[in-house]
Amino acid sequence: MNIEDWLRAACADADRRGLPELKPLLEALARSAANLRRADDAARETRQPGGPA
Amino acid sequence: MTTPATDLRSISELAPLVARGDVSPSDLVRRCLARIEARRELNVFITVMTGQALADADRAAREIAGGRHRGPLHGIPVSVKDLVDVAGTPTTAGSAVPPLHPATDAPIVRRLRDAGAIIIGKTNLHEFAFGTTTDETAFGIVHNPFDPARSAGGSSSGAAVALVEGMCYGAIGTDTGGSIRIPSAACGTVGLKATYAELPCDGIVPLSTTCDHVGPMTRSVTDARLMFEAMSGAPVGIVSGPRTFTFGVPTGHLVERLDREVREALDRVRATLEAHRHVVRDVDIQGSRITPDVYLYIVLPEASQYHAPLLASHATAYSPGVRLRLEVGGYLLAEDYVRALQLRKALTAAVEQALSGIDALLLPALSIPAPPLGSTTVEIDGSPEPVRAAMLRLTQLFNLTGHPAIAVPAGRTRAGLPIGMQLVGGRGQTTRLLSVAEAVEAQISGGAGSVGGGTG
Repeated sequence: MNIEDWLRAACADADRRGLPELKPLLEALARSAANLRRADDAARETRQPGGPA
Repeated sequence: MTTPATDLRSISELAPLVARGDVSPSDLVRRCLARIEARRELNVFITVMTGQALADADRAAREIAGGRHRGPLHGIPVSVKDLVDVAGTPTTAGSAVPPLHPATDAPIVRRLRDAGAIIIGKTNLHEFAFGTTTDETAFGIVHNPFDPARSAGGSSSGAAVALVEGMCYGAIGTDTGGSIRIPSAACGTVGLKATYAELPCDGIVPLSTTCDHVGPMTRSVTDARLMFEAMSGAPVGIVSGPRTFTFGVPTGHLVERLDREVREALDRVRATLEAHRHVVRDVDIQGSRITPDVYLYIVLPEASQYHAPLLASHATAYSPGVRLRLEVGGYLLAEDYVRALQLRKALTAAVEQALSGIDALLLPALSIPAPPLGSTTVEIDGSPEPVRAAMLRLTQLFNLTGHPAIAVPAGRTRAGLPIGMQLVGGRGQTTRLLSVAEAVEAQISGGAGSVGGGTG
C-alpha cells in the first residue's frame, strides 16, 4: 500500500471512531514511513544480488 | 532552586556498617519513610510498604545478628518502579486503568529479596512507561527536586527522585527508549540499562517487548554493580585490566543538536578523560539518523499489541496523550514494521562497528537539562524541537540495538540542573562497562556517590 492511500484510510477511520486528534500523529507516522522506505530502498541497493530461490 | 537531601550515603558505604551491626536496617527504613513523608509534594511513591518494610527490616536484623549476613544489599531499603510486580501490592503502571494484583514477585524483585534487600515501596512513573516527562500519570506529576517547576524526566522519574531525596538507597527502573538513563541525567543519579535480555522482564508490564530493559538506579556506579549482581542472580565480579581506556564520541546526528551547556559538559568530560591519559576519538555510527523512525515503527505496534484489549474496555481511563500514542500504533502496516526490523539490524551492526577497537561510546544521556513541566518544545541552537524527540534522541538507539548503557552524573548547569553522560559498551559486556564507568565516575563526577550531578 502506498503511504498516501494508507494515510487517507487511517484518517478516515480516525474520523469514523471520533478520534480526529489522531490525525497529526498519523501524518507524523506517514513521514516516518517515507523515511523508512527510502532507507530500506537504499539498503537494498547496497546488498548483494541473490537471496532465496 | 531547592537543595535535595544531604544524607546520601551509598550502599557500598552502608553495607559494612550494616554487616557489623553499627547501623540497623530498621533505622534505614525509618529514615527513608520519614523522607518519603517529608516530601510528599514531589509525588514520588504510589505505594509505600511501611508495615512490610519494617517487618522485613526486623528479620534482616535478626539474621545479621545471628551470623547469616547475605551480602551488601542485606538490610538496604530499595524502591521498585510501579510497573514491576511486587506480591501483595497493586501494579498500577501509573495509570487509572485497573491495576494488576500479582500474587508473586517479578523475578528481579525476588532476586533482590534473596540478596536481603528490603522493598520500601513502589515509585511513580510516566503512565505505562510511555513518556519521558511524567506529566501523564494518575498519581500526580513527579517534580524535579532541583527545581520543582521542571520535569524529573521519565519514565522512571520516581525512582530517580527517591534516590536524590534519600527515600531509598537503590531503585529498580525500566528502560524502553531511555527511561532509566533520562531521569538519571535529569536528576543526577546513576542508571544502568544492561544488555538486552540480560535481566529478566517477566512480571513487568511490557511497553515494547523487543526494546524493554530493566535495571538498577543508584547513587554510584559501584552501587549499580552491587544491584546488577543481585538482579542477575549470580556473581558478576569486577573486570580487572588497564585503567586507561579508549572512548568513542559519536559524530553527526546524535550530537549535532545539544543544549549549549550539555555540549560544554561533553567537551569538559572529554578534556578531563584525555588529561587522565584516556584516548578519546570521534566515531561514526553509520545511518543513525533513521533511529527515531525505526524506533517509532517498532515500539508503537508492540505497545498497541499489549494494550489493545485494555483500550477496548478502558480507553477513557488512560491519559489522553498516552491513549493517542497507543491507538495510533494500531494503524501501522506490517510491511513497515518488518522494514523497521531490517533497519534495526543495520543499526546494530553500525553500533558494533563504532565500538570496534574502543572500550565505550561516550555521549550525553540527555541532550537538554530537565525541561519545564508542561513544555512541548524546547529551544536548541535557536530553533524549537519537540521535548519528546530531544529527550529520546541519545538513548533510544541502544534500546534498538540492545547494547548496555549507563548514565553517570557529569556536573550541573549554571542554574544548578544536573547533566548526565552516557557510556555504551559491547553487547554481553555489561560488567566490563561497569568497570569503565567506575573509572570515569571517579574522574568526572568528583568520585563515587556524587548524586545530584557531582562537582564537575
